[in-house]
Amino acid sequence: MGIAISMTVNGAAVSAEIDPRTLLVDFLRVNLGLTGTHVGCDTAQCGACTIHLDGRAVKSCNVLALQANGARVTTIEGLAGSGELHPMQAAFKECHGLQCGFCTPGMVMSAIDLVQRHPNADEATIRAQLEGNLCRCTGYHNIVKAVQQGAAAMSR
Amino acid sequence: MYAVEYQKAKSAADASGLIAKSGGRALAGGQSLIGAMKLRLAQPGTLVDLAGIPELAGIRVESGTLSIGAMTRHADVAGSADVKRTIPALAALAEGIGDRQVRNMGTIGGSLANNDPAADWPAAVLALGATVITHQRRIGASDFFKGMYETALAADEIITAVSFPVPRKAAYVKFPNPASRFALVGVFVAQLADGSARVAVTGAAPSVFRAASVEAALAKAFTPDAAKAAHVDAAGLSSDLHASAAYRAHLIPVIAARAVAAA
Ligand SMILES: Cc1cc2nc3c(=O)[nH]c(=O)nc-3n(C[C@H](O)[C@H](O)[C@H](O)COP(=O)(O)OP(=O)(O)OC[C@H]3O[C@@H](n4cnc5c(N)ncnc54)[C@H](O)[C@@H]3O)c2cc1C
Ligand code: FES
Ligand code: FES
Repeated sequence: MGIAISMTVNGAAVSAEIDPRTLLVDFLRVNLGLTGTHVGCDTAQCGACTIHLDGRAVKSCNVLALQANGARVTTIEGLAGSGELHPMQAAFKECHGLQCGFCTPGMVMSAIDLVQRHPNADEATIRAQLEGNLCRCTGYHNIVKAVQQGAAAMSR
Repeated sequence: MYAVEYQKAKSAADASGLIAKSGGRALAGGQSLIGAMKLRLAQPGTLVDLAGIPELAGIRVESGTLSIGAMTRHADVAGSADVKRTIPALAALAEGIGDRQVRNMGTIGGSLANNDPAADWPAAVLALGATVITHQRRIGASDFFKGMYETALAADEIITAVSFPVPRKAAYVKFPNPASRFALVGVFVAQLADGSARVAVTGAAPSVFRAASVEAALAKAFTPDAAKAAHVDAAGLSSDLHASAAYRAHLIPVIAARAVAAA
């Protein structure tokens, strides 16, 4: 029943034997202990579990670990390489783009993907592109501000 | 989720063989199938992964047709310069599916095979008179969609691509359910290369269908006013907690008019 997989997570090679039905989010959280990726809904609605699969934001609760076999995965833990916050993380902190912080890892991962594809996104674009991430606390206003500031910092 | 076996296919024919032998099911982006498996609405014994099969990839433009490989993700259709140049309505439709994370995984082939009553791609395929190409045959749009979550595909048949004839003009407008972002009513209007008007509606009935009364109105004049003046009968349309059949019948000409204006 076990099936071998290997992938690169936050720059490090990992491999394991897993049950084929293992979700990518469970592989990250349970097998690898990377609990920065959150599970809010487990039904592909809220975006708390967003990670990058070969550079693209996906909901890891709706992807099998086997679909990431051989791929490059980045989680929130992989952003602040040398202890310094990624510009998007710093912008969320500075703009008060979070309250309880539950949605934040997913918001930041989505925001980085959206800035990579729309470097000059205006407010309407940011709101539309963050449709797959829900926040129960902030009312989104400061999140949008943070994404704008993070985008500016990323282009520097 | 029930236990499942997993196999990776090397080609469409290989995938078909693995499915036939195991009684399993194809896995594309997983954006519909994994959710259904979690809910135990689907319980395939084996998943046959189509990822990385070369013949299912790619977007091609050839003499008056746009062909999109089955494993092309919604995000890649939305971003394709070839799609934007030939049938921009398809790029806009793809950009309106779900959210960006879903678009980064979900595929056109998976959406068509699934034939969700509120899915967006079936409206484009039916309105443009596209051809669904499998590893065995070519299926015309009017023969492909059979009913709720039902298509003409055999259990072990693999969609390899969809071929769209390039229309004179086309547009898709959906009235989304604000929570799920699926269409409450979605209308794809097209004026085909031969000048005929075609209108396909999703979200309003158990399966996508052509709105004959709107088509007849647009055949006389391809204008928003003509679309809006058409009458759509509520008989056979869906009633659920989101909208009544009468409301959906009212919405169809309204949304069709918006699509004609955008085409
Ligand atoms: C939060 C959310 C919002 C969504 N919103 C929308 C929306 O607004 N509009 C919309 O249209 N859709 C929406 N979807 C569905 C999404 O578009 C899916 O990606 C799509 O329906 C299925 O594509 P997939 O590649 O993920 O297929 P999968 O889930 O992998 O497969 C779906 C079915 O198709 C079969 N299959 C897949 N590929 C093939 C093939 N090549 N040949 C034969 N059979 C095949 C599978 O066996 C399975 O039965 C949403 C999904 C989610 C999770
Ligand atoms: S936990 Fe994955 S989308 Fe909510
Ligand atoms: S900060 Fe609490 S859910 Fe977003």
